[in-house]
Amino acid sequence: MTASAVVFWVLTLIVLASAAVVVLSRSLINSAFALLATFSGVAGFYVLLGADFLAAVQFLVYVGGILILLVFGVMLTHRIQDLDLRAEARQLVPGLFVAAGVFILLAAVATRTPWAIGAGRLPSATTAEIGRAFLGKYLLPFEAASILLLVALIGAALIVRKREDA
Amino acid sequence: MPPTLSSADFLTSWSAVLLYFVAAVGFVAGGLIFWWVIRPSRITAEKLTTYECGEEPIGGAWVQFNVRFYVFALVFLVFDVEAVFLLPWAVVFRELGAIAFLEGLFFIAVLAIGLAYVWRKGDLAWVRLDDRVSP
Repeated sequence: MTASAVVFWVLTLIVLASAAVVVLSRSLINSAFALLATFSGVAGFYVLLGADFLAAVQFLVYVGGILILLVFGVMLTHRIQDLDLRAEARQLVPGLFVAAGVFILLAAVATRTPWAIGAGRLPSATTAEIGRAFLGKYLLPFEAASILLLVALIGAALIVRKREDA
Repeated sequence: MPPTLSSADFLTSWSAVLLYFVAAVGFVAGGLIFWWVIRPSRITAEKLTTYECGEEPIGGAWVQFNVRFYVFALVFLVFDVEAVFLLPWAVVFRELGAIAFLEGLFFIAVLAIGLAYVWRKGDLAWVRLDDRVSP
């Protein structure tokens, strides 16, 4: 086994184990912290696939941002200790069906899509290439993203303000 | 099958990051496990209380936090994503010239409007303006 294969299987173990903790843990805060390991493991997968920029984004946005938001959400919940949000055992059968359905769908997409296989080596760093694409061919989506973020910011502020007043 | 897409140089350059992660996690976990093995276990009720710099703790640690933290988290997340979009721009705007630089500035300007909005509306203030006017 090559070194990258060893890393791949260790990452797989980390992601699956921590995802299991997220679902099965009794305490909501433990679930939130286990999600940290899951997100970090996925960032490792991006590195293995040669997507270094995506890996950095995964860390910045998911580990650094989304997770903060989740932990804050847990801390802001009233009487959090009295809640039992653990998934019930009776959801096992429907859960299996949904998981099998998602697996079949993903497997079909992965095997039937005619993936474009480029010739030559991968770029050593993808960030500059993404930057050139942003400022050239995909300039409009790039600028539209800023409008989208503006809408998200104002919307979030409005919703929270309304809740505070109530 | 494990992926074999990446070139060897690319992964070698990332092995330092991997090593850093393993060292960081191993340092904390190793310390915890080592002391868990060698320390004696004599538990008293006083030892189990929360340590708050020598003060007697009052109530539980699970209090409900101020909802205003959530606004800060949301605003942080939006600008976090903005930073992600600006990173590729920051790497290449020098080689692409003045227009590319202005395109990035426009991106920042749109989000500056958002920052000005939440600032002006008092969402960033710890004590809100309307709180002071009508307590």
